[in-house]
Amino acid sequence: MDLFEYQGKQYFARYGIPVSPGDVADTVDDAVAVADRIGYPVVVKAQVQIGGRGKAGGIKLANNTDEVREHAGNILGMDIKGHVVHRLWIELASDIKEEYYASFTLDRSKKLHLGMLSAEGGVEIESVPDDKIAQIRVDPTIGLTEEATREWVAAANLPAEAVEGTVDILQKLYTAYVEGDASLVEINPLILRPDGSVHALDAKVSLDAAAAFRHEEWNEFVGLESRDEREREAEEKGLQYVGLDGSVGIIANGAGLAMSTVDIVNQVGGAPANFLDIGGGANADRMVDALTVINNDPNVKVIFINIFGGITRCDDVANGIVQAMQRVDLKAPLVVRLDGTNATEGHAILDANKSDKLIKQPDMLNAAKEAVSIAGGN
Amino acid sequence: MAIWLDKNSKVVVQGLTGSQGQFYGLRNRDYGTNVVAGVNPRKAGTDVDGIPVYATVADAVKEAGANVSFVIVPARFAADATLEAAAAGIPLVVTVTEHIPAQDQARLYNKLKDEYPNTRLLGPNCAGILSPGKANIGFTPTEVAKEGPVGVVSRSGTLAYQALYELTAQGIGQTTCVGIGGDPVPGTSFIDVLAAFESDPETEAIVMIGEIGGTAEEEAAEYIKEHVTKPVVAYIAGVTAPPGKKMGHAGAIVMKGKGTAKAKMEALTAAGASVAQNPTEIGGLVAKALGL
Repeated sequence: MDLFEYQGKQYFARYGIPVSPGDVADTVDDAVAVADRIGYPVVVKAQVQIGGRGKAGGIKLANNTDEVREHAGNILGMDIKGHVVHRLWIELASDIKEEYYASFTLDRSKKLHLGMLSAEGGVEIESVPDDKIAQIRVDPTIGLTEEATREWVAAANLPAEAVEGTVDILQKLYTAYVEGDASLVEINPLILRPDGSVHALDAKVSLDAAAAFRHEEWNEFVGLESRDEREREAEEKGLQYVGLDGSVGIIANGAGLAMSTVDIVNQVGGAPANFLDIGGGANADRMVDALTVINNDPNVKVIFINIFGGITRCDDVANGIVQAMQRVDLKAPLVVRLDGTNATEGHAILDANKSDKLIKQPDMLNAAKEAVSIAGGN
Repeated sequence: MAIWLDKNSKVVVQGLTGSQGQFYGLRNRDYGTNVVAGVNPRKAGTDVDGIPVYATVADAVKEAGANVSFVIVPARFAADATLEAAAAGIPLVVTVTEHIPAQDQARLYNKLKDEYPNTRLLGPNCAGILSPGKANIGFTPTEVAKEGPVGVVSRSGTLAYQALYELTAQGIGQTTCVGIGGDPVPGTSFIDVLAAFESDPETEAIVMIGEIGGTAEEEAAEYIKEHVTKPVVAYIAGVTAPPGKKMGHAGAIVMKGKGTAKAKMEALTAAGASVAQNPTEIGGLVAKALGL
């Protein structure tokens, strides 16, 4: 779950990381009210989960009420790379002396936490040369000690006046990352102000959805994410779904097989509409839910059901498909590949329930070709 | 010979008294797995279909001689359950539970490494381990497997089942099928399993099934180049997955250009592995590698 900047700043503030005073606004009048309350100059910032807001005109400085009114009016409703701005973050403008970069994430290869700190902030970290980024690996059973933090900050060559503030923020940022169950926390830029204080000017936070059970405070984030309507509907039904742009709807059992199905549709010249893992128990109710989500996607011209029966038996899946076809008014035909445990019985059930909308194919490659040909590709 | 799990394995099921644990625990026993105990502190002294339930894993070790643990408990308890098994001296812990928070996985991995170096963790979020004809722990359907010379290792469960099916359809059996799981911090890596198959005299070829996310496959490719003499057939899922999206598994995500299927396939090809373009090709490539 990715947070918006304003949510990230509220999250940082809970862990004592200094951020600028500010508030959200959904209308021009609200924006003016917030700015009048916190004082000028302010920065008016589009709240979208995509990089490059500044270049697109989504971040503007305002010195008075009229300028806030003008910028807020321009930015609200703006389309930034397909993300429409519905909300603004208005904060007190900061004087910036220098810009740095700081983040924590997991190093999957070393299985330790990875901290990155650079004296070159305010730009995409990928564009900063490796020798300008000081890295630290943190063993989660030990944690980030103050001594290790000081060595790390020294390695980044920050000016002396920035050291104390940065050490303090990095320790709090590590706590926010670990106790807050984040998969990524990033401050870019972390700024040094002329008065020598260090401060988070931006906030990028991704939370680990698996830890939601121990974070009641995350409830306020639910439903605010900017996301695909299809993904929202699938999540409500407990399905593992990722929306894509093509016309071949996909249902498979197991994440690996579902990924593999997306691949094979692409390989034979088609364009998948989605990734959907229906999970182990592909019974009638699950199949109805999955078909409903895909049926609601206006781009879908064919639905490819790719099942490998393991403990899930193909005859159960076939019964699920037959029942789902009775319960869902399908716009698109189904191409079904059933293989593995009880495949013969599963095919017999499908044969006994013939329909123009139900096409069987014995293996994954031929099923993919058939589906793509129906969708009009290839 | 099989790796890690065989007829001598005595299995304790942590979670045997739950519905999932009972279903798979008994299913595994029906296959011939020696399931000797269950654990539940509130149900100690009872039994599940004749399998005695103890209060702790330590009791199951002492009373029933358990030497493998099958952890099938809800996500919020799974890391602690795994540590309990390690603390009781169990050398192999198979944790199938999905959705353990990544921070807990990172702590668990490092704690096991530091304090219980003699315990091997398979998983979390893995399908289990099957040595055909000998024993099975977890979800792997035994119907599609048979005894034979091929070792299989996979992050994904369903793709491993499909690989077993393709091999068996070609008349080629398996020594052991190991699920290492789809999470970001697996206890056992591809390299660990490759090393075990390389030293297992009965394993003649290896099937390795990876997917997008992380660099475990690239590291495995380096290892194959230096240390594996047996033929390796590989398949990688997620070639066309969009970047930045979790594809079902918590660990299956391409981030900042890292973890792509293309990089993994290129590394494996360069290491001398045969890379299948789809799962169905696995059977034929293995047959070719074995000269069949």
